[in-house]
Amino acid sequence: MLSLDFLDDVRRMNKRQLYYQVLNFGMIVSSALMIWKGLMVITGSESPIVVVLSGSMEPAFHRGDLLFLTNRVEDPIRVGEIVVFRIEGREIPIVHRVLKIHEKQNGHIKFLTKGDNNAVDDRGLYKQGQHWLEKKDVVGRARGFYQDNRSVEDRNYLFLILEL
Amino acid sequence: MFTSRKNVEDFTGPRERSDLGFITFDITADLENIFDWNVKQLFLYLSAEYSTKNNALNQVVLWDKIVLRGDNPKLLLKDMKTKYFFFDDGNGLKGNRNVTLTLSWNVVPNAGILPLVTGSGHVSVPFPDTYEITKSY
Repeated sequence: MLSLDFLDDVRRMNKRQLYYQVLNFGMIVSSALMIWKGLMVITGSESPIVVVLSGSMEPAFHRGDLLFLTNRVEDPIRVGEIVVFRIEGREIPIVHRVLKIHEKQNGHIKFLTKGDNNAVDDRGLYKQGQHWLEKKDVVGRARGFYQDNRSVEDRNYLFLILEL
Repeated sequence: MFTSRKNVEDFTGPRERSDLGFITFDITADLENIFDWNVKQLFLYLSAEYSTKNNALNQVVLWDKIVLRGDNPKLLLKDMKTKYFFFDDGNGLKGNRNVTLTLSWNVVPNAGILPLVTGSGHVSVPFPDTYEITKSY
């Protein structure tokens, strides 16, 4: 079996080779982390890549698709944009489109969102008494998209793991 | 295009009395050139942009449509009513002469960048100075 072969290889290595392999592995993990952090800095978003979790933006995005986000503060929020936002007190980010904006002279903006595939706007999703979203609720703006081409079984497996 | 306006409690959200605008419109568009090999669908939307005393910039999506690859790219829509209620945040529609309607679209690729494009044409719509008393929408 695969796991037993791996253990045999480890036993065959002397201490130095083992440490070398551990260091190699550490380098790979560090590089991956650096790339991820680098992306966070470049895009300005705490989650530069997100997975679409629901069907509320179909037929454009389906569950499992990837979205690439930026969150530059200078980018103004305008209608038609796809924003990823978090409702106060909730963990799960939502990916919907901006339907209405009202911006004051000083730059303070309040806006309303709606999922393409939903019949109504998101007011029902916001916090009790909350009618608008503000800049602080935004995690990022969707700038790029990659479709998930895996089979349904593979996709469901991924969601099982994500939910854990 | 035909516009009129009422002052009603914004029943879709905050319950202050706000201006509610009604617009009827026609759209003629040929989207064929936008669909290239990488375009999966277009999200087309008609939005109104205007300034009021309360807010320096307001944008409201009045109508939208999803055009999939393979759908008829030539649109000929007449006497359309807005899909969404055109509520202002306040009473800024009354007598507002400078409400600009533009048609824009979000290109959804098979993979890649999601651009937002605004059409070059736009229409300015003036709102009347008075409110409509009764109206059946």
